[in-house]
Amino acid sequence: MSLLSFFQWCYATDVGETIRNSTWLFPVIEAVHLLGFGLTAGSILLVEMRLLGAGISRQPVAELAKNAEPWMYGGIVVMFASGIPLFMSESMKAYYSLAFWVKMTCLLLALVYTFTLRRRVTQGDLVENRPGLARTLAVASLTLWFGVAWGGRWIGFS
Amino acid sequence: MSLVDFFAQFGESSWSVGLHESQYAYSIIESVHVWTLAVFFGSILMVDLRLLGLTMRKVPVSEVASRLLPWTIGGFVVMVITGLLLFSAIPLRTYQNIFFRTKMILLLLAGLNIWLFHSGIYKKVSDWDFRSIPPKAARTAGGISLALWMCIIVSGRMIAYNWFDCDRQPQAAIINFLTSCDPSKAVPP
Repeated sequence: MSLLSFFQWCYATDVGETIRNSTWLFPVIEAVHLLGFGLTAGSILLVEMRLLGAGISRQPVAELAKNAEPWMYGGIVVMFASGIPLFMSESMKAYYSLAFWVKMTCLLLALVYTFTLRRRVTQGDLVENRPGLARTLAVASLTLWFGVAWGGRWIGFS
Repeated sequence: MSLVDFFAQFGESSWSVGLHESQYAYSIIESVHVWTLAVFFGSILMVDLRLLGLTMRKVPVSEVASRLLPWTIGGFVVMVITGLLLFSAIPLRTYQNIFFRTKMILLLLAGLNIWLFHSGIYKKVSDWDFRSIPPKAARTAGGISLALWMCIIVSGRMIAYNWFDCDRQPQAAIINFLTSCDPSKAVPP
């Protein structure tokens, strides 16, 4: 199955069709998506800012990351649960949208980083031993997430 | 001159038309508005969750609040500036939009909640700074704040939809009242 036919299949599903035919569904799911964005962003920012020496900077990184973790996971779950149906309703628009592919690329990289390397950064003593590297990784992570947000907003402008 | 007339006139200005019809400026301002939402809402959310005793329980409340406050304030300033720019691009339609009006009222309530919190229970924060679960008054303020900001985000997102716009008649009388819309003067799109 090619990528295009997968997108066509998503578009044709009952979920996609129901959302397209409804006045309220898309806006409401979109609003939930935005709330999930706020939650995800807040819980990630808190830790990345700590790596950069800002915000709650007097607490150990590992503890702060542990505190923020369930909220980050919760935010990501809300984003996926609302984002997938939104995508299904307009997958054909997404397929031809540059912003969508920018978002997906950034999202993939951001998720891979978050669930692999980032755990080592926040659990270990990288901040003490290699502060420069910790800062660089924090900036890279924030850049990727900003790319996700940018791409997401611009899908709507195309 | 009524506000409706004023914003109608302002919407004809070269500033407003230029911003509205620009190829990139409007979209970029809108993107910055959403990006800054992450900083503003993200920081306020973490403080609210701490007030509710749901995260960073070992960090003193005053430390969470004071360390994140500069980010909240900085975020708020950018939100207001970009928000005003967005408003100035489509002034009349936004002014009459029911979701925009809801958002402004909720913003006032959120401000009131902050004022009540800071002039009330937060004055005695040293008594409960280290408590993992703060006293009820503080939890209430945190919960109200969280609910209000979530409603503000939702109503902000809904401004984009024109279901209740003045140029879409007929509307229920209550809608036209709430949007200061005179249907006899409304021009269909």
